[in-house]
Amino acid sequence: MSTSNSSGERIITFGEAVREALAEELRRDETVFMIGEDIAEAGTAFKVLTGLVDEFGPERIMDSPISEAGITGIGVGAAMTGMRPVVDIMFGDFITLTMDQMVNQAAKIHYMSGGKFKVPMVLRTTLGATRRSAAQHSQSLHAWFSHVPGLKVVVPSTPYDAKGLMKAAIRDDNPVAFFEDKMMYQTKGHVPEEEYVIPLGVADIKREGTDITLVATSSMVYVALDAAEMLDEIGISAEVVDPRTTFPLDKQTIIESAKKTSRAIVIDEGYERYGVTAEIASVIADGAFYYLDAPVKRMGAMDVPIPFSPVLEDLTVPTPQSVTDMAKMLTGVV
Amino acid sequence: MDITVKALDEQTRMDMLQRMLDIRYSEEQIQGLFLANLVRGTTHLCDGQEACSVGVAWALKPGDMMTCTYRGHGHALAMGISIKTLMAEMMGKASGCCGGKGGSMHMTDASVGLLGANAIVGAGLPIAVGAALTSQVKGSHHVTVALFGDGAVNIGAFHEALNMAAVWKLPVVFICENNLYGEYSPLHTTTAVENIADRACAYNIPGLIVDGQDVEVVHAHVSAAVERARAGDGPSLVELKTYRYRGHSRTDTGPYRPEGELEAWLQRDPIHILRDRMIEDGQLDAVEFEELQQATERKVAEALEWAKNEPFPLLEAAYQDVYAGGR
Repeated sequence: MSTSNSSGERIITFGEAVREALAEELRRDETVFMIGEDIAEAGTAFKVLTGLVDEFGPERIMDSPISEAGITGIGVGAAMTGMRPVVDIMFGDFITLTMDQMVNQAAKIHYMSGGKFKVPMVLRTTLGATRRSAAQHSQSLHAWFSHVPGLKVVVPSTPYDAKGLMKAAIRDDNPVAFFEDKMMYQTKGHVPEEEYVIPLGVADIKREGTDITLVATSSMVYVALDAAEMLDEIGISAEVVDPRTTFPLDKQTIIESAKKTSRAIVIDEGYERYGVTAEIASVIADGAFYYLDAPVKRMGAMDVPIPFSPVLEDLTVPTPQSVTDMAKMLTGVV
Repeated sequence: MDITVKALDEQTRMDMLQRMLDIRYSEEQIQGLFLANLVRGTTHLCDGQEACSVGVAWALKPGDMMTCTYRGHGHALAMGISIKTLMAEMMGKASGCCGGKGGSMHMTDASVGLLGANAIVGAGLPIAVGAALTSQVKGSHHVTVALFGDGAVNIGAFHEALNMAAVWKLPVVFICENNLYGEYSPLHTTTAVENIADRACAYNIPGLIVDGQDVEVVHAHVSAAVERARAGDGPSLVELKTYRYRGHSRTDTGPYRPEGELEAWLQRDPIHILRDRMIEDGQLDAVEFEELQQATERKVAEALEWAKNEPFPLLEAAYQDVYAGGR
């Protein structure tokens, strides 16, 4: 259900934006289809796909058995032979089961075949904690796919970005993993009626600032924006850069921002160790070294299995307060 | 499935014999290449299993597709990849069928319907199911066959692939080349059934147990399963009982095999079975066969020499084709 804001712009939720992107691409290109567990009548566990089966039928919105490895492989085979599958993996934690097909098959087939085969598929799944879903339904594992040459990885933060990036992912001739923060499905934002596509590999500056750069992905963009508000109140101007895709990574925009502000914190909901934050921090250290006035800091999920107990789970994720505290430290403001 | 094995016509038999010889002599040369360290890494030879590759390939029509395994030189040659491009790929040369980036375990060529030789056991099965889904959606009446070894039947992908193909009646045929060993392990130590095809009942699909050494028998059974799939009646599980003459890979001599086992299988050599039948039917004589062998040996040796002199890829190729359309 769309509404309008004060400027008369159409406002929809993140989940609706994803559904719109899928519906538009399904309408536009008959080779696009979806396969996954409980995606048709049930519309997925998060109801993001509700109604798609009514328009496109069960042949294009295919309910599958609980066989993540199998449906990912089916996606690979279908993509190699001319289709554009969107494989729906209910929770990001379940990508463990898709790993061979994504890493050893989808990522390598184009290269290994000397460029003869393409694998234009999308693996759509979730990330994010704080839903009280415990250790096997709360992880943010997008760094795993980001590590593998041959894969592209999308981590949208707004309804606008989600829609434009999903359309780009479906049209891309490569395997693309698309991670949606499950806590963000009800997040609202401006999404125009008219069609648009956001190219993969282009960062977006979500807020401009001059004193410190907060590079944040997916769910952490909102944490960074809230922190920026808090910092503004004490006279620190924070710039929030959203890479939008972890690969391709828009290194230039990130480095330029860090050069401008001379300080940077990288915030991502994946585990901190060996994670997305490490990669981006190294990009900044490398590209903006002579401009930095402080070490680049990283803030990711605490390096523990996500605990169920709410008081414990909330400790595991960066918050506006923890980001603000880190920014104050880096800028020397006490 | 009602299957009668009929004698194939003389020309078809001659073509099959020639292709099986191509495979046999190619494998011999390849083993030599690796043992002489002219090519590093590993290789998995299929001599002894030629009737499987050729019988299956001859059951397919243009537009049909195949996924196969790292023991895949025979599959690739049977499907129509040339000996030259296979040898060039083996040596990592630019003119190889994958531009030198695949190597022994990944012979692939879209133009002959080969979706890829896979070095991950069992991974090709769901991919074949995906290709079959494309055919069903597009109404193209193409069939995809998934070739795999007995070692692949205990991995989850096998079960997931067979189940989904059966549920959706997809035009795919699952073909197990049961050569009695999963790498170094005898089948009975890893698998509770003696006949892989017995697993078919779990998916409510036909299961066929087939003599994998007789190319005409393989061809008849696989053809029946392929045409059943093409007609929209869904997948089958075909088990080809066969044997690899060599060990699992380059360095394996197969010391775990019981004494006399190899010798017994050599008595049922697929090339000899067809040769003898053709001689019996007056389509070939011993001299002609000898000449055929010599000509094939020469042809393969020449292909190898050609490949040896081909250039390696340019170094910039390392970064090419990581992503379709560039980054």
